[in-house]
Amino acid sequence: MPESTTSLLQVTGLKKYFPVRSGLFSRVSAWVKAVDDVSFHLGQGETLGLVGESGCGKTTVGRSLLRLMEPTAGSVTFEGKNVLTLSAKELRQTRRRMQIIFQDPYSSLNPRMTIGSIVSEPLKIHQIAKGQDLQDRVNQLFIRVGLRPEHQSRYPHEFSGGQRQRVGIARALALNPKFIVCDEAVSALDVSIQAQILNLLRDLQKEFHLSYLFITHDLNVVQYLADRIAVMYVGKFAEVAPAEDLFASPKHPYTQALLSANPVPDPTAPPKRIILPGDVPSPLHPPAGCRFHPRCPEVMDVCKTVEPKLTQIGPPEKGHQVWCHLYP
Amino acid sequence: MHDSKSGASLKAEFVSLDAEGLAPQETPWQEFLRIFKKDYQALIGFWVLMLLLVTALAGKALTEWWVVFDPEAVRLTDKFLPPLSVPSPDSLPADRPFGGVYLMGTDELGRDVFARMFQGSFVSLSIGFVAVGISLGIGVLLGGVSGYYGQDKVSLKTVLIGIFLGGVLFYFNWNFLGYAIIAMLLLTWIFRLSVDTLIMRFTDAMMCFPTFFLILTAVALLPPSIYTIMFIIGLFSWMGMARFVRAEFLSLREQDFVIAAKALGVPEWRIIFRHMVPNALAPVFVSATIGVATAILTESGLSFLGFGVPPPDATWGNILSDGKGFIFDAPWLFFIPGLAIFLVVLAFNLVGEGLREALNPKLRSR
Repeated sequence: MPESTTSLLQVTGLKKYFPVRSGLFSRVSAWVKAVDDVSFHLGQGETLGLVGESGCGKTTVGRSLLRLMEPTAGSVTFEGKNVLTLSAKELRQTRRRMQIIFQDPYSSLNPRMTIGSIVSEPLKIHQIAKGQDLQDRVNQLFIRVGLRPEHQSRYPHEFSGGQRQRVGIARALALNPKFIVCDEAVSALDVSIQAQILNLLRDLQKEFHLSYLFITHDLNVVQYLADRIAVMYVGKFAEVAPAEDLFASPKHPYTQALLSANPVPDPTAPPKRIILPGDVPSPLHPPAGCRFHPRCPEVMDVCKTVEPKLTQIGPPEKGHQVWCHLYP
Repeated sequence: MHDSKSGASLKAEFVSLDAEGLAPQETPWQEFLRIFKKDYQALIGFWVLMLLLVTALAGKALTEWWVVFDPEAVRLTDKFLPPLSVPSPDSLPADRPFGGVYLMGTDELGRDVFARMFQGSFVSLSIGFVAVGISLGIGVLLGGVSGYYGQDKVSLKTVLIGIFLGGVLFYFNWNFLGYAIIAMLLLTWIFRLSVDTLIMRFTDAMMCFPTFFLILTAVALLPPSIYTIMFIIGLFSWMGMARFVRAEFLSLREQDFVIAAKALGVPEWRIIFRHMVPNALAPVFVSATIGVATAILTESGLSFLGFGVPPPDATWGNILSDGKGFIFDAPWLFFIPGLAIFLVVLAFNLVGEGLREALNPKLRSR
């Protein structure tokens, strides 16, 4: 589906380390390397799915891109400008073009504001519209995301999870962004509502030519929505590939294990579950060499000391990248 | 369930998406009222307080502006009359109480206890409200700064401002306090501690003092007046409030809706006042309500010990204090103000509890 490949977002060497403080004078005694040297790009109208286990740094990547957290190092180039070096004023302008949708529709809306004022706030503070024009735009947004405009004077607690998530989407769309980070946007919803929201996101993408960074732990969701998928493990990418390729022929042993955990809707299919030994290592003390080596079924000596480099599988323009010593 | 008031033409478009329907509209205020009204104890407390408010205002008006009840008239012929007694026949007609009866008796100087209670209600209540207003101001400011900017390091600018403030204290000859503030700021700057550490350690230090004795000391040093008492009580009771607000702000700043506001480019002051303060206020209100009761009680305690509001002004505390010498001969001098303080403090606490219940989102929609 990625018709246009003009790069909208280019992320290089993104790192986010959290200091661990201890002792009397709060000295930094260690660093949690939540995101460690992550690079990727995102084209216009494209969806990149970011999958991984809880705590692997997916959300940190998403929030660092919008500078909701200050990354430790790296660069984020959005529409030709490095987001990380913008002044506060330029950042406000850039944030009109990049938005975020949150996981929990219960905490992402201010309980003391009506949903109408939640959606109209961004239009007001950026002085895009006022008076009747503002009202019209808010009505259109409500209709577009499938809410009734006459419910505008109601408060978030009166709505169900799915409806609240629609309010969150309307708020993100209000400023006409080009790029939206969907941070587990459907994980908190039940399955039938998930499908509605996913279809809505897909329709909106076509209509407004949006790019999504779709952060999730649900493989079925990314399979449905993503053009390309990045698999993350303890702060680093393990594999990036076009969606069909990743599901058809996963290269990294972690991706293989992850996909084998995804149930296949076919009771006659032979079970070929790969069970990984041990637990996910703490990002406080990541293993030396390849971070996956203590659990990898195909571990070699080199994995224990040398960090794997990026390897292209097939032609580079296909964009199937893997970080594993199995593919020299 | 499904309300179909308007937009019939649009309806077809989203009827499939919006099939869940909504309960009749209820604003947070209406919901609050609904829950609060169910709590009959809080409701009784609320009406007692309303009655007290009316009494206090009427007391101010009828004892000071239009002197219908004179709390200061001394009638040596009418000493120690029990409640509901009539003035003795040889009292001067000008000194007779309104209505010709001492509703709550008279004290050792023949003053009308009802008039004094009436005047005292305004004094006690205004001390409660002003003291809580001051502690609310200090507490919300310090707690809010601590919670929102807590992670930032203390900057040189802050230290310089602090040293200037310390200098002002030296000018007033409060050298000890000046040294303490400057030393604290320098230490935090040298060790690169955060704003949060500075403010909260100061709060902890304030909490270490037994408040009542601190107030006693301060009152003994300063000129006695009703305003001194208000300020002193307010100045030494903001610590709990500051902790409350800090905790609220700490949890709110991590909430998704605050992060969403940041992502939308909402200015910082608007995030604080539009998104965070309204959500942090509920527990603060509760603690303020109970704080009024505590302030009234503290003032009564001070007056009882003779450090409170000086004599011409009657407060419930000093009526009680005057009466304590005659507890067996004239028990009404002791029991009437005691009962009044008890009722008001109880009412404030009941309302505070009711507010806590009604504002707590976890107990919602019962």
